[in-house]
Amino acid sequence: MYERRGADADAGLSRNRPMCGIVGLFIKDARLEPKLGSLLSSMLEVMCDRGPDSAGFAVYREGTPGTLKITVRGPAGFDFNGLSGRLSKSIGTDVTVQVHDTHAVIACTSDREAAVRAALAGEAPELAVVGRGARMELFKEVGRPDRVARRFGLDRMGGTHGIGHTRMATESAVTTDGAHPYSTGLDQCLVHNGSLSNHNDVRRKLRREGLTFATDNDTEVAAGYLAWRMQEGDRLGAALEHALQDLDGFYTFVVGTGSGFAVLRDPIACKPAVMAETEGYVAFGTEYRALVALPGIEQAHVFEPEPATVYVWEKT
Amino acid sequence: MPVVDLALASVRDLNAALHALGPDTNETHWQVVNPRGLHAIAVGIDVPVTVEIDGHAGYYCAGMNKHACVIINGNAGVGVAENIMSGVVRVKGDASQAAGATGCGGLLVIEGNASARCGISMKGVDIIVKGNVGHMSAFMAQAGTLTVLGDVGDALGDSIYEARLYVRGSVKSLGADCIEKPLEDTHKDQLYSKLEAAGIAGEVDVAEFRRYGSARRLYNFHIDNVAAY
Repeated sequence: MYERRGADADAGLSRNRPMCGIVGLFIKDARLEPKLGSLLSSMLEVMCDRGPDSAGFAVYREGTPGTLKITVRGPAGFDFNGLSGRLSKSIGTDVTVQVHDTHAVIACTSDREAAVRAALAGEAPELAVVGRGARMELFKEVGRPDRVARRFGLDRMGGTHGIGHTRMATESAVTTDGAHPYSTGLDQCLVHNGSLSNHNDVRRKLRREGLTFATDNDTEVAAGYLAWRMQEGDRLGAALEHALQDLDGFYTFVVGTGSGFAVLRDPIACKPAVMAETEGYVAFGTEYRALVALPGIEQAHVFEPEPATVYVWEKT
Repeated sequence: MPVVDLALASVRDLNAALHALGPDTNETHWQVVNPRGLHAIAVGIDVPVTVEIDGHAGYYCAGMNKHACVIINGNAGVGVAENIMSGVVRVKGDASQAAGATGCGGLLVIEGNASARCGISMKGVDIIVKGNVGHMSAFMAQAGTLTVLGDVGDALGDSIYEARLYVRGSVKSLGADCIEKPLEDTHKDQLYSKLEAAGIAGEVDVAEFRRYGSARRLYNFHIDNVAAY
C-alpha cells in the first residue's frame, strides 16, 4: 500500500505500517457462488477498523466468451448517462455500460479493446481504467469500507472468487489511486499488506520490459511484476516463486487470476495472515475476525500460511 | 458458573467483571462463548479463577495473566499470554505469532503449533508447544524455558541471554549466539517437571530432546572486545 507522494514520503518517515486489512475468498462449491459478494462484504466490513480510509475489491463474476469487461472509475458525480451510446457510435459497434456508483463496467468484444480505450480517451478523458478482463470487475473508493462496499452493491454480486482491501493511510494522502486492488494484467489483480523496499528498482526494470505504471505505489509494482512473469509464461505459482527472489520488503499478497487464487507472505512473515479451508471455500483474512461470518467456519481447517510459501488454488 | 456470550456482551464488560473479582471469589469457573477472534479477551486477570474460552480468540488473549488458568478451546491470535506473570494459559489449537512474548512467569501450553517468534523476549515463563514453532522463536530470550515437542523454524534463540530451550524435533537453524549444549540429568529433571506441569509427562521420553542456550559471547563483556568500547 506504500505510495510515495511529495516531501513527506521522501523524508524517510517510518515505513512501518501496522494496519490495513486484506481479505480473499475462493469458492470451491458452486452452490456458494451467488453468495460470494455478500460473504466478501462481511469480511471487508469487519476489517474496517484496520483500514477505515479507503477500500477496494475485485470480483470474478460471470463472463461471456469473446467479451472483455473494462472497469473504469470516474470522478465523484460523473454522469455515465449516454456513455454507451457515445462509445458505440465512436467505435461503430455496440458496447454496454453497467454503472456502479463512481465506477462502470464497459463490455465490448475482446478484439475492440484498443478502440474502446481510444474512444474513452476522446469521449470521457476523466475516466480511468482500473481493471480489465473476461470476468474480473474491480472497484475502489475512498471512505469507510462497509460504506464503499454498499455503494458498489458488493453484497449482490455473485462470482467464483474475490479479493478485497481496507486501507489505513499512514504517510501518504487518502486517495483512490492509493486504494487497492491493483491490476495490471487481464483478469489479474493483487492486494497487499506491507511495503516493498525495492519497488523503484523493480519498476525501472519492468518499464524497460514495456510495462506502464499509473502511480508511484509499491503495490502496483508487485501487480506489474506478476503480470510480467505470467506474460513470460509463468503460471501463477511460478510467478510468485520468482517474486520471492525479486521483491524485497514486507508483504502479504493475495492474488487473483481468471481461474486462480494465491497467497504469499514474505520470508519473515512480517504481516499477519490467517486462512480457513472447508469443502466449500478457501478464505484469507488479515485476522480471524474477518472470517467468522463464513458458513461452517467453526469446522473449517484454520491455519496460518507459512512464510515464503506459495499457496495456490486453481479452478479446474 | 458465569457464562459470558461475547455475541451479546463486550470484551470490556467481560474483562471488567473478571477484574472486579476478589481473591476469595466463589465464581471460580467462567465460560466465554462466541469469542469470534475478538482481541484482548480475558486480559489482566489477577485472581485464581479458571476461564474457558470456547472458540478462536484474537490478539493478546490472556495477556498479563496472574494466578488464573485460561483455557482456549480453539486457536489463539497474535501475542497470546503476552507478559504472563503467573498461572496457566492453555491453547488447545494453534497459536499465532509472538506467543508468550515477554512472559515473566507462569506456564503457557500450546497443544497445536505456534508460529513465528514464540517466546520472544521471554523473561521467566515456561512455554510448552506440543507441535512445531516458527522462525525467530525465543528471540532475545532472557529467562525461562521453551520446550518444543515438534520441529523449530529458522534462527532459534537469536541473541539469547539465559533461557533454556528444549527441542525434540529438528531445528532448521540456530540464531546468533545460540548453541546446542549437553542435556545433563539436571536438565532432564527440569524438562520432566515442566512436562508434568503441562500434564504431558510420560507422553514423550525426555532423553529424546536436545538442549540449546546462549554461548554468552554476545551480551557478556569480553576482554578481547575492549577496543570496541
